[in-house]
Amino acid sequence: MPKWAMVIDLDRCTGCGACNVACKMENNVPIVDPDEAQNGRAMFWMDMVATYEGEFPHTEAKHVPKPCFHCDDPPCTKVCPVGATYRNPEGLVGQIYHRCIGCRYCMAACPFTAKVYNWYDPKWIDGAQVANPDVSQRMVGVVEKCSFCAHRLQKVKETADVEGREIQENEYVPACMENCPADAIVFGDIDNRNSKVSRLSRSYRVFRYMDDLGVKPKVYYLARRTSS
Amino acid sequence: MTQRSGAMVDRDEILFRPIYFTGKGFHITFGILALVLLWSLYMYVTQLSSGLGLTGMNQPVSWGFYIVNFVFFIGISHAGTLISAILRLSKAEWRRPITRMAEVITAIVLAIGGLHPIIDLGRPDRMLNLFTAGRLQSPLLWDVTSITAYFTASTVYLYLPMIPDIARIRDRGGKMKWLYTFMAWGWRGTKRQKHVLNRAISILMVMVIPIAISVHTVISYIFSMTLQPGWHSTIFGPYFVVGAIFSGIAALLIVMIAFRRVYHFENYLKEIHFQYLGTLLLIMSLIWFYFTFSEYLTGVFGAEPHEMHIIMYKLTGPYAVFFWGMILCNFVLPVIIMSFKKLRTITGILIASMGVVIGMWLERLIIVVPSLANPRMELPAGMYMPTMLEWSLFAGGIAVFVMGFMIFSKFFPLISIWEIEEGRTHGRKEVEERIESYLPAAERPG
Repeated sequence: MPKWAMVIDLDRCTGCGACNVACKMENNVPIVDPDEAQNGRAMFWMDMVATYEGEFPHTEAKHVPKPCFHCDDPPCTKVCPVGATYRNPEGLVGQIYHRCIGCRYCMAACPFTAKVYNWYDPKWIDGAQVANPDVSQRMVGVVEKCSFCAHRLQKVKETADVEGREIQENEYVPACMENCPADAIVFGDIDNRNSKVSRLSRSYRVFRYMDDLGVKPKVYYLARRTSS
Repeated sequence: MTQRSGAMVDRDEILFRPIYFTGKGFHITFGILALVLLWSLYMYVTQLSSGLGLTGMNQPVSWGFYIVNFVFFIGISHAGTLISAILRLSKAEWRRPITRMAEVITAIVLAIGGLHPIIDLGRPDRMLNLFTAGRLQSPLLWDVTSITAYFTASTVYLYLPMIPDIARIRDRGGKMKWLYTFMAWGWRGTKRQKHVLNRAISILMVMVIPIAISVHTVISYIFSMTLQPGWHSTIFGPYFVVGAIFSGIAALLIVMIAFRRVYHFENYLKEIHFQYLGTLLLIMSLIWFYFTFSEYLTGVFGAEPHEMHIIMYKLTGPYAVFFWGMILCNFVLPVIIMSFKKLRTITGILIASMGVVIGMWLERLIIVVPSLANPRMELPAGMYMPTMLEWSLFAGGIAVFVMGFMIFSKFFPLISIWEIEEGRTHGRKEVEERIESYLPAAERPG
């Protein structure tokens, strides 16, 4: 069974935000109005962590795209009282929106702040957003997060099954990778040693956030090459 | 014989008074509190219809007042059953006028506290999923289990020692005889009935102690089982239990002082009771400080960056006011008041107790919010400002507490009458014999 993982090359990433937008459109993530967003209610499945270091003029901006890390030992699924968040055999951490009771314990337990909550009944802006029929729309009071575009895997699996073959490299890719203009995001089966993901995950530049917590995130980052 | 027991009842007549006579002040206070409750219910309905967006919670501070108050109220609930059980178990004779009130606090506050996680749910309509899809691995399920057990045990523990008093009200006749007849469970005060009742109380008081301790331990586990800095601490179980007993004693003292004044129980709740409970409060304050000190010293000494970030946020950041306020209310104020005889009056004890209740609430706030506001990822620190809705529900919770007590006092005696009587008839002899048994044998040949 394949194990899906992602590598994000921070050396290639320009911080343009195309992944954030693509994700929002693909997954019907509600657009929150600006006032609410200012109060910390912005909803991103693929977030952009921006930090600025140093003092002007020697400032350095750092942009890190942050999806759900789909940990192999996820702290969120352990604490869910109703099993509304779970890890499937392929290593994807999923959410069951219709079972979630909205206690937000998984949000409190996630070390990466990857989960978002529907504080209000979600709204979609007419014209700007056309609902993707493959992804269910969420309701008020439930937690949601990046699914590694699991609905795409569903489709790919069906075709592969019908044709009686394995899923090919780059056949199943999430929307963020597809839309990254710098090709900074790589996605695939990490258990297949010949896949690009597996190769990059063995790079000397590779690191994972909070690796010492032992939650085994499946999103790998490649550090930026710096001259200094 | 009948004349004597009649005289006995008269002797404690003042304890029955609140059941039969209701003053104007009662109606006014009750009316105001009912308005507060109605308002908070209305606010809750608005939350139900629009969602938790009306609260001040956000990302990353995904828990706010509701969880703070949940921990706080459940903490207060330890006043009762635990203190009353420990005092009964240790045969402290001075417990007699105190136990009933302590147990009532537990029953009411536990009901309020237990509702808080439900208020906090985004989908309360799906609450029953806990039974159909509940996962025992989740600390929240442990909570549901232990709080239910504690509520059951503590209401039974409140009710059983009330039976002889209820029978007494039944025998006096008057209002709602059917209720008292039903609740007295056929109590006639026979030898066998007394024996069974005492056995039942003895079994319950031993059982209730581990349940009570488990409740607050498990509540702390909600936090300490996660990996979050500031929460992931092995000391949390006992730390929460100590804090709970601490705030519980303070709440008990406030309730005792209030009812002593309102219903003129001065003859029953004497200076000495406050002095003894005050000593307990002082001891708990010192233990609480010891735990707090250990918790923060280990954090600061190890100086793990994420841990340190949160500690500095509490000590010097936006939460410094609350942190030092907590130290002042929980440690400086009660220790100073309780250490000087001059300050250790009933007013002084009242001030110290109010300080402790506020301080313990601040402690819960300081535990819940800063850890959430400073996530491990390099995100900007979150800010949490409670809204009108959250304040209203907090006020509603307090209103329910006071109203619950007021209603209780109109149906049942707030001080256990039969136990006071038992103290008069058997207590003295029993204590004498007990002291005798402690001492070296008096007569020895040679």
